Amino acid sequence: MSDAVLQTLGLSIRFGGVEAVRGVDFTLAERELRCLIGPNGAGKSTLFKLLTGQLKPTAGRIVFRGHDITGHHTHAIARRGIGIKTQVPSLFDGLTVREHLWLAARRTNPAERARAITEEILERIGLASLANGAVGRLSHGLRQWVELGTVLAGNPELILLDEPAAGMTHDEVARTAELVREINRTHALIVVEHDMQFVRMIARTVTVMHQGAVLVEDTMDQIMKNATVRDIYLGKHGGS
Amino acid sequence: MVVIALGVPQVVDQFGLLQLTIFAAMCILALSLGFVWGYGGILCFGQSAFFGLGAYAYAVTAVDLGESTAAAILAVLVPAVFAALLGYFMFYGRLSDVYLGVITLSVTLIFFNLMNSTAGDAYRVGKARLNGFNGMPSLPTLNVPGDPARLLDPTETFYLVMAFLVIVYVGLHVLLASHFGRVVVAIRENEARCELLGYDVRLHKLLVFTIGGGIAGLAGCLFANWGAFVSPNVFSLTMTSQIIIWVIVGGLGTLVGPIIGCLIMQYLATTLGTQQLANTNLIFGIIFLAFVLLVPRGIVPSLRALGARAPGPSRVHDPA
Repeated sequence: MSDAVLQTLGLSIRFGGVEAVRGVDFTLAERELRCLIGPNGAGKSTLFKLLTGQLKPTAGRIVFRGHDITGHHTHAIARRGIGIKTQVPSLFDGLTVREHLWLAARRTNPAERARAITEEILERIGLASLANGAVGRLSHGLRQWVELGTVLAGNPELILLDEPAAGMTHDEVARTAELVREINRTHALIVVEHDMQFVRMIARTVTVMHQGAVLVEDTMDQIMKNATVRDIYLGKHGGS
Repeated sequence: MVVIALGVPQVVDQFGLLQLTIFAAMCILALSLGFVWGYGGILCFGQSAFFGLGAYAYAVTAVDLGESTAAAILAVLVPAVFAALLGYFMFYGRLSDVYLGVITLSVTLIFFNLMNSTAGDAYRVGKARLNGFNGMPSLPTLNVPGDPARLLDPTETFYLVMAFLVIVYVGLHVLLASHFGRVVVAIRENEARCELLGYDVRLHKLLVFTIGGGIAGLAGCLFANWGAFVSPNVFSLTMTSQIIIWVIVGGLGTLVGPIIGCLIMQYLATTLGTQQLANTNLIFGIIFLAFVLLVPRGIVPSLRALGARAPGPSRVHDPA
């Protein structure tokens, strides 16, 4: 348990009669890059919301680096070191790209250092030329990058990425994959993604969720051969 | 602003000076809501509650002590503490914006009714009789700190009020440029993202609300001092809606806006009031509707948009 970055034990949440996440036991090791896949409604984004405290579980526990963070406030969990890029980019539309990165960097760094980090991340995500433009005017693909950069600027220990490649062109997807691999050299990551090409570019271990529960956990190659996984994705008996 | 402050008493007569003094005091009140609502994104329908509390805190303490310095300090502290308590329940209770509006408005009207029903000898704080709807007349005005006999004359009062206006204006600019201020603006833009970055949204909103309450209290103190009088009307619906109109007309998300909105509307109110041409409230209502429908962003942001990319000190904070 001590060498796991994140562990969930029987994590569940129920909305009325629907159990969106059912008894998920999940362990993420130090510097692991895990891909989380599954059809729409499988509970992937809900799991992310539980991990970041945006939703409170109805049962189960979340342990982050040995600390029980179950039911903690979102900002307290973020302070412990979990950063998230949400499914629909969650940004400050009236603020500039630079301001986003600065706000994230400044929380944990003195002013001077925060400025340096901001410039460094601007270069890294290739948005230096748009740094002073309001984020509200950017395309979906660029907004994804701004949010990714914002998360990076905060330098959390664990990074959750919810569909980081959505709305991107083929080249942008490749760049994102490269960036994810680069981040993974120093950070643990969980990536939710539908784009299988993208998953294949980055994945080692893949967790498949289906109807709120973990269906299978294996290497990418094994997952692709798995008949059940193919069935739920192609909807043979997963549509019910 | 400083130049105007220094030059005005040389060219304006006593009556004009008194007018400008109260205008400036009201500008401070406008700034308080401009900060809380325009930057903090907290729609407070009850900014007059803090204004009135400040006015009454000053009145009661000044009458009791016969000295104004402690009274002026309390006029800022009492509303600030009250705002902190009220804000704690609202923000830590996770109330949504609509309820915030309802609660702040209700609190104001509760004060209005409460103070209205304090007529009679039984309602007194020390020597200070609250006098219900008749209000408290002949209040001691501001004196030089430590010397109750040395009262400020109208010109000195004008300088003082202008100095406070400049201090509040500059102070808010500095605050907004700080780390805290930038987080406040970010919270207005997207609360959820701020929390995901690790900022405690509740605490930031509480601080904004408290600072706004204190500033409104300062305005209340200057108001009570100006007329040497305070009545429950400081808590009235007219008062509280006026502040909102100032900010709407001048423009949300700027600090100059509320000041300009306040000056225009106060000037109109004075002019309409003396000429008896039309009902002031009716005209205010029409102007309010016209602005909401036609110039929803208010004067200053609209002019800035027209002036295209005119660099302003708070450009980064403004919603584009």
